[in-house]
Amino acid sequence: MLSAYTDFIRIRFLTMLAYRVNYYSGILIYMLNIGVYYFTWQAIYGDRGEIGGFTASQMTTYIAVSWMARAFYFNNLDREIATDIRDGSIAIQFIRPYNYLFVKMMQGFGEGLFRFTLFMIPGMLLALLLFPVRLPSDPIAWVGFLVMLFFSFLINSQLNILTGLMAFFVENNEGIMRMKRVIVDLFSGLVIPISLFPGWLSAIMQWLPFQAITYLPGSVFTGRTQGTGILEVFGIQVVWFVALLIPIFFMWRAARKRLFVQGG
Amino acid sequence: MKAIEVEHLSKIFKVQKSRGGLKGALQDLFSRQYNEVAAVNDISFSIPAGEICGYIGENGAGKSTTIKMLTGILVPTAGKLNVGGYVPHEEREKFVRNIGVVFGQRSQLWWDIGVIESFGLLRKVYGVSEQDYKKRLDELVQRLDLGDLLSRPVRKLSLGQRMRCELVAALLHNPSIVFLDEPTIGLDIIVKTEIREFLKDMNRQHGTTILLTTHDLQDIEALCSRVIMLDEGRIIYDGGLDTLKTRWGQGTRVTFQFGTACPLGRLQSLTSELYVSWTADNDLHAEVLVPAELNVSDVLAKIVGQPDIAITDIKITETTTDEIVRQIYQTGSATKETQGGTVSHA
Repeated sequence: MLSAYTDFIRIRFLTMLAYRVNYYSGILIYMLNIGVYYFTWQAIYGDRGEIGGFTASQMTTYIAVSWMARAFYFNNLDREIATDIRDGSIAIQFIRPYNYLFVKMMQGFGEGLFRFTLFMIPGMLLALLLFPVRLPSDPIAWVGFLVMLFFSFLINSQLNILTGLMAFFVENNEGIMRMKRVIVDLFSGLVIPISLFPGWLSAIMQWLPFQAITYLPGSVFTGRTQGTGILEVFGIQVVWFVALLIPIFFMWRAARKRLFVQGG
Repeated sequence: MKAIEVEHLSKIFKVQKSRGGLKGALQDLFSRQYNEVAAVNDISFSIPAGEICGYIGENGAGKSTTIKMLTGILVPTAGKLNVGGYVPHEEREKFVRNIGVVFGQRSQLWWDIGVIESFGLLRKVYGVSEQDYKKRLDELVQRLDLGDLLSRPVRKLSLGQRMRCELVAALLHNPSIVFLDEPTIGLDIIVKTEIREFLKDMNRQHGTTILLTTHDLQDIEALCSRVIMLDEGRIIYDGGLDTLKTRWGQGTRVTFQFGTACPLGRLQSLTSELYVSWTADNDLHAEVLVPAELNVSDVLAKIVGQPDIAITDIKITETTTDEIVRQIYQTGSATKETQGGTVSHA
């Protein structure tokens, strides 16, 4: 049974590999994004040494690593689940002796592995050439960042699963999915680091799971969080990972009762 | 031993009512109104192990909903269910290991990967041992003649090829109960026949219980000794196919073609002492309906050999199951008064 789950990872990885050409343009688009933010922040910083606790050089690194982390953790599980529900192929998933959401998670991980090796790593190398990104010198920062990056993937996928499952309860969750995407990009600190948010908003962000996706791993990579601080922010990620299992569980259970296979 | 037991099973769906117009749409935003629709309404039946049972009814009669409850996909609103010793929706993951399901309208193979890879993945999902898998796959591949399809990706298969692969996918783990929801939909006559033969053999060799929904009554005639007919979520007939035919059969239809004009009145007068009804489009062509109680030969004896009637052709046709079923569907309401197992003559 376990080997079936690893097979889902393998097969998704191979399927993605077949479409790898699509991702070459993805790398260019991400470079463009990093470039836009890099030059914007350059202009904002001017002669100033520090904004919101970030030096100009830390900001550059933060932007680059945040976008490249997104290249890894991003997936379309929400859309895949919503499609399965809407066209009724979810029925097929229920006649198999496995847990659908777990399979989805495995497929997401297969996609993640592909994105990590063929999107994030080459993208990061290119970013190093193009922008003055400073890699951490402390090996602990590297280890901490990579572990936290994996949890970014987990938490982002959990949010995607929750968004996808909404399709059970509303006729069309397209709007919810788009809203989620914007919220994750904004509130995770991808567009603007959370420490630059107005005080009240950044206080609210402390209590939401989004910062665990980009902001916390990014702060480890840029060296703003060090030593035991790494364990602390990693702890926040773990707490959110566990906490998000609860709504997923209840939503899944409610969905089973509501299931209404569309299209006969 | 009963493979499937169903008692007072119901499934009620809530369907949102949309009010018309802009005002109605705004009202819908704030307070939604629902209609309750009983897709399956208090049905009971049981199927013994090893039986092939046909499950028929018009579109929307509740066939697929029943199948989806029996396979653990849908949770029933009320009633008791037992399939192969399990309550499907309660112990879903354990239960589905014993069943095989084919939905004619949906693929259960993975679109992007080769057929054989799909099978290999299913082997792991169902935890079939390498040895059993090989044996079973060889048997199925040979029987369904899949040899050179195995390496192709699923998206490059024709419908007939895909459906044969779907069957293999559903049967790899050697389930004791198989549900087929319109397995022959859209297939050509050759593939249909092949699939029917295959199912019959499987039932004979392995004693597999099969519940099959279809719109093609030839599937039923070829495979099923028993048929359950559904209308608006209720069972309107449950019994043998033969009984259905004798109860509902309209007798025999005899069509005459005449060389010279022969008025309808002349034919009616010849058979006046028999209770038969004549119809005619024109003077050269007439049709008589002979009820099951009468002999066709008695009617023929009256007509054939009359000096003034020149017959060029005679065609004798039995009422087909299709016609019988169409009639039952059309008069579905008339039969509801009768209780389980019998259908009255409309």
